[in-house]
Amino acid sequence: MMIATVETGIADCHPASVQDFLPIGELRALQLERLQRIVERAWQYVRLFRQRMDERGLTPADLASLEDIARLPFTIKADLRDNYPFGLFASPMSEVVRLHASSGTTGKPIVVAYTQLDVNTWTSVVTRCLAGCGLHHGDVIQVSYGYGLFTGGLGAHYGAEGLGATVVPTSGGHAERQIMLMKDFGVTAICCTPSYFIHLIERAAEMGIDFKQLPLRAGVFGAEPWTDEMRRHIEQGSGIEAFDIYGLSEIIGPGVGCECRHHSGLHIFEDHFYPEIIDPETGKVLPDGDEGELVLTTLSKQAMPMIRYRTRDITRLLPGRCACGRTMRRIGRIGRRSDDMLIVRGVNVFPSQVETALLQVEGTLPHYQIVLTRAHGLDQMEVQVEVTPNMFNDRIGALQALHDKLQGALDRVLGIRVRVSLVEAHSIERSEGKAKRVIDRRNQ
Amino acid sequence: MKIQQLSIFVENKPGHLAAPIRLLAEAGVDLRALFLADAREYGVLRMIVSGCERAAALLTEQGFVARVTEVLAIEVSDHPGGLAGVLAALDATGIDIDYMYAFPCRDAERAVLLFSFADPEAAIEKLQTAGINPLASDELFSL
Repeated sequence: MMIATVETGIADCHPASVQDFLPIGELRALQLERLQRIVERAWQYVRLFRQRMDERGLTPADLASLEDIARLPFTIKADLRDNYPFGLFASPMSEVVRLHASSGTTGKPIVVAYTQLDVNTWTSVVTRCLAGCGLHHGDVIQVSYGYGLFTGGLGAHYGAEGLGATVVPTSGGHAERQIMLMKDFGVTAICCTPSYFIHLIERAAEMGIDFKQLPLRAGVFGAEPWTDEMRRHIEQGSGIEAFDIYGLSEIIGPGVGCECRHHSGLHIFEDHFYPEIIDPETGKVLPDGDEGELVLTTLSKQAMPMIRYRTRDITRLLPGRCACGRTMRRIGRIGRRSDDMLIVRGVNVFPSQVETALLQVEGTLPHYQIVLTRAHGLDQMEVQVEVTPNMFNDRIGALQALHDKLQGALDRVLGIRVRVSLVEAHSIERSEGKAKRVIDRRNQ
Repeated sequence: MKIQQLSIFVENKPGHLAAPIRLLAEAGVDLRALFLADAREYGVLRMIVSGCERAAALLTEQGFVARVTEVLAIEVSDHPGGLAGVLAALDATGIDIDYMYAFPCRDAERAVLLFSFADPEAAIEKLQTAGINPLASDELFSL
């Protein structure tokens, strides 16, 4: 099947991208119409939502404007867990064509469902993401997110196929094979977690392969928060252009938003996902530009509508219009999550700060883990850093100097004393390509 | 003049020394000399082995942090005063030693001193001026 590209006069587009440029007035009208319809659907079919509306004395008819969304109850992650497995579905099982679930390490996983229309929506938003990254028909896209219950792999896969690209569905793991295929197949773009890509850069170097010599030109990275230092590290180490993609299974999976080539925030595909920023303490809606917790409402999802889902991701809606011309509002890069915050001896610590500190030290790659323990009633924070062949010097003095530099950078950035440990390469556990950053043993 | 040495980063935990050694054993790598430098939580294993580059590649492939480093080997007579003589000569040149270790030869007459210098090129020059010739790799393995 040939997929023709539409002449929009704007670069980095696919026919599906037309929606990205909807005139604001049209977009707001579409959002209101869809919001009313989705709230009606959830009210009809999801008992929990109806109950919460009843408690507030609300019916779908009370939604007269987009601003009225602030009157609706929030949905939180625990709601999904409490209604495991199918309690929040708004479609009969016979209409559900796909189920995904979180890899949840504690208790029951979170289950999400898709009708055929939902899968189509998902495909189109991921296609719009990839098109915005300058990818198109003719590109060879390697999908190194895990395939399976995790939404990353299949989400990126369908989107890349929708784009008309050639998809190489490697899934996660087997770094050497990933690198070999990347080279032999002439892969031009990769989708994976940023930490996994850094791992691939390291392994490629060990194999004597320089990504800069390959056709690889773009990476679409998501599924975990990352920093601008990581972006620089990736771009300098591989010569590619790195894009931040955002999504979460509860809403649809990857494809809720993505950077365009201007890299000035992530466009949220507002025709399907309505964004709000709230004060995480009070729940009050904040104006564009203020930092707070991102709340998303799915405007078109049939099988499992999410009304005002609290993402726990801390960001802001960027005011003004992006130079690319998209009318879709942008969120700032998500550096931290409200539930990521650690309180260590009364001080707020975010894993992203640890990353910033580690990256300040020359030659240090961000495979690390934070281990929290308690000794004599006092919190102890240890940062384990994997030694890579690049960092390794066989003089004990040089290793101690590296240790002291890491220690100094962490002390400065965090403002509390932490213990740094140098550990062997590949000794920190990874799952789905996502590094497990924090181990909290304080209450054991 | 320079001798290849295999250096491995190991955590100071039970079993962490055995793992790389087992791998080398399975690959038929012959260990000629070995020294473990330890800090509190980790150590560096330094070894003179047959097929150093292959051994390092094998270890790296299996996820160990290993690299080929360079040392100078000096032969001395294995009698009281052998090491003292070389150190006195080194002292006189003012060369800084990063670390050193030694192993006796099989004939029990001679020993080999292994030195790591910050600037090995300069060290070779000064040693030769002082009448000390570091061993070449084939000389070392024939001892």
